[in-house]
Amino acid sequence: MEKTPTNHSRRSFLKTSVLAGGGLMISFSWLPKFASAGNAHALDLPELQWNEITGYIKITPDNIIKILNPNPEFGQNVMTSLPMMVAEELDIDWQKVVVEMGPHDNVKLGPQFTGGSNSIRMYWKPLREAGAAARSMLIEAAAQTWGVPAEEITTKEGILYHEKSGKSGTYGSVAAKAASLPIPKGIKLNNAKQFNVVRHSKKNVEGVKIVTGKPLFGMDYTTEGMLIAMIEHPPAFGMKLTSFDATETLKMPGIKDVFRQQLYPDGYEQAGFDTRTFNELLVVVGNTTWEVMNARKKLKVNWEPIADTKEVIAGRGGKKEVVVPAGLESSNVQMAKMIEQAKKPAQQLRKDGDPETAFKNAATIIERTYTAPFLAHNCMEPMNFFAHVTDDQALVIGPHQAPGWIEPTLSKILNLPADKIEIRMARMGGGFGLRAYGHYVTEAALISRKVKAPVKLVYSREDDMTYGIYRPMYTATYRAALDANKNLIAFHVKGGGIPESPIHANRFPAGAVDNYLAESWELPTNITIGAFRAPRSNFNAAAEQSFLDELAEAMGKDPIDFRLELLKRAKENPVGKNNEYDADRYAGVLKLVKEKSGWKNPANNKYSRGVAAYFCHNSYAAHVVDVVKKDGQPYVERVFSAMDCGIVINPDAATNMVQGAVVDGIGNALYGRLSHKDGMAEQNNFTRYRMIRMREAPKKIEVHFVENDIDPTGLGEPPFPPIFGAVANAIYKNTGKRVYNQPYMDALNSTPKAGF
Amino acid sequence: MAVYTLKVNGTNRQVDVDPATPLLWVIREHLHMTGTKYGCGVAMCGACTIHLNGTAVRSCQMPISAIGNREITTIEGLSENGEHPVQKAWLEYDVAQCGYCQTGQIMTASALLKTTPNPTDAQIEAAMSGNICRCGTYLRIKEAIKAAAKK
Repeated sequence: MEKTPTNHSRRSFLKTSVLAGGGLMISFSWLPKFASAGNAHALDLPELQWNEITGYIKITPDNIIKILNPNPEFGQNVMTSLPMMVAEELDIDWQKVVVEMGPHDNVKLGPQFTGGSNSIRMYWKPLREAGAAARSMLIEAAAQTWGVPAEEITTKEGILYHEKSGKSGTYGSVAAKAASLPIPKGIKLNNAKQFNVVRHSKKNVEGVKIVTGKPLFGMDYTTEGMLIAMIEHPPAFGMKLTSFDATETLKMPGIKDVFRQQLYPDGYEQAGFDTRTFNELLVVVGNTTWEVMNARKKLKVNWEPIADTKEVIAGRGGKKEVVVPAGLESSNVQMAKMIEQAKKPAQQLRKDGDPETAFKNAATIIERTYTAPFLAHNCMEPMNFFAHVTDDQALVIGPHQAPGWIEPTLSKILNLPADKIEIRMARMGGGFGLRAYGHYVTEAALISRKVKAPVKLVYSREDDMTYGIYRPMYTATYRAALDANKNLIAFHVKGGGIPESPIHANRFPAGAVDNYLAESWELPTNITIGAFRAPRSNFNAAAEQSFLDELAEAMGKDPIDFRLELLKRAKENPVGKNNEYDADRYAGVLKLVKEKSGWKNPANNKYSRGVAAYFCHNSYAAHVVDVVKKDGQPYVERVFSAMDCGIVINPDAATNMVQGAVVDGIGNALYGRLSHKDGMAEQNNFTRYRMIRMREAPKKIEVHFVENDIDPTGLGEPPFPPIFGAVANAIYKNTGKRVYNQPYMDALNSTPKAGF
Repeated sequence: MAVYTLKVNGTNRQVDVDPATPLLWVIREHLHMTGTKYGCGVAMCGACTIHLNGTAVRSCQMPISAIGNREITTIEGLSENGEHPVQKAWLEYDVAQCGYCQTGQIMTASALLKTTPNPTDAQIEAAMSGNICRCGTYLRIKEAIKAAAKK
């Protein structure tokens, strides 16, 4: 990830002085005054002469400065925050910056991957270095032009000054020359204490386009002659297409073709993110989305159960064969299997001390089991992708988190070299991990090649929700051994899931307890799973943080003080090796949330308060959740959040992100569930899949960041997991009932309401 | 197929489509205005919200044959350049995350303020609870509506 501009050869990276704009629609970065004035400025600037200073920065002679955002945007606001990092070092007037989504070009623009709360982390150094290098090149160009020493030139907001001679000029005036200079290395970067752009809130650069409904999303893309394709997938996991009769469908207006399409060829070695649920596709192609949706209803299709299927996965860990089991699975049966499996011996992941003896000698043992169902991502924009594939090239456009991962897959499947595949990244209507999996990109490409036309593949909401790639089902059993004085002497977690285990063996409270054991198991399924906002952590934080709450109560301790004691131990005299977290930073968010929430302040006694904290993606999050009764049900009215993610690039946007994670967490904890009966998803739209709505969201979410100068760590995911635990703990205070199984609403004697 | 004349954003537009075609798809694919979003197709998410004679409706459940001569307003017609008070408030509070649902949210909010210029929290929640935001921007939406109400 330490790929920086200065590491690239000048030829591949620097090239080119003058580029024509090519009729691109370019938006000005919406300065606050424009934004509040609500002006929609979209400028078509075809004639501009762009001098490429580095791959990320282009400047016209008129001093229009464009910064390319390298990473796919799915709502984490990288379109704004990544260019801010360039601007910080380039020394320009942010209000005049033009921001544009970059092309897919790993050589010029780095890894270009959105996921793992990684965007800011992986671009923190390269983008500031690019800004600093470009500024240095502009200074050098001015020095050569003016015949003065470069050291005597200063800059301010896009203008170069030479005080002695009184000369000054815009960056644009020397941009052509600067573009021909070598990119310098090792430029000193700004001190974190003196940042001018970073750490100062900037509005979303796409704000105006969003609120005026401009075509930003893959779903909005269209081009001359474009057809619409949809896929009729089997009604259940574990089934496949046998035969079909499309006679009636083909008679429907606007329908062009109905055909069978194989996705991956036999023996295809899947890359890690080539996950797909169905390989035999039944495709309907027509002129418009509605016509295709409507015509699908006339299909007569026969499906049959599949047998066990062998798949070859060639991921980073080497090639392995996976058997996908046959069967039409039901959630209640799966849950029973998990509970049964949890009693059997499991794989030991970590052991400190002698937990067996400690449990044998315990005065008290507390044991609790937690479960969670599959979850669907339910991005507001269903999966879709545009493709125009011919015999010798492919153009694909749409919402995807990982262009660098889908490109080799397309190359193999289409048998085209990578340089004949162009991937353009649309703004995504949500991602949450799901759009790291590219099956729908490949499907669109194959369909386009087959029908010899530009095609947009569209998933209906039902297609999207029932397709799979869900958050896995999980369970974990926690055990704690207390001695006669109620001291914690041993801790044991044994967890597993369908089809993956959630357990992070080296995270808190590992390192804080003398005798510790972590064990893990997995059960296979044909229901596909994938990354879902903070994978595994999103269950662990619910289970472990609920358990610690119950443990603190049994030990007669305050839940925050109890955690802080454990963290003190982990810091001063850590147990074992490989403890992943920094005990000080972990304690820091707990102390901050304790202070900001007025944890022990009697003024807050009307609330049932729950606390939880968690570490993931190198960041630390803690929440205090305040519950009251509303309409007879527990309702999260207020939340106080404390985050340590190092330097915060764009504070107001980061606050928005944490607030969103809190709402998302409450919704999934209370209502989230994708269940199956005989292989069929029991929820296929928002009628039956309950999503949190405004009236269920808190009235206030107060977000506080720990202030430090540590390089930025993750933010999109870390605040999400601990909200589950904090909600569970607050529900207990409110109702006297511990909730162990997600979604929590099941235990709250309510008739689950669908929708609103 | 049948020919319909629709009053959209103050202009008469003619389309030749199946009478059962939902207004959402007419707007998106025949009139080529894509600010109105497809989210669920069953009126449960609000992404497709438009105004029909000034009232917020879910265009995905509204067949074109049922529109008649009622006036349709989409996000593209809410204001000339995004200067409607609700749009301005959305920018002021930097509401959006992914942004996909926000045009529907804005259309619901602007219809609410037309009939209820100073809504209470409960009125805002009642009006807005048909619009899902998967990113969870509800607090900012509420704040923006309150701010717009004051203008």
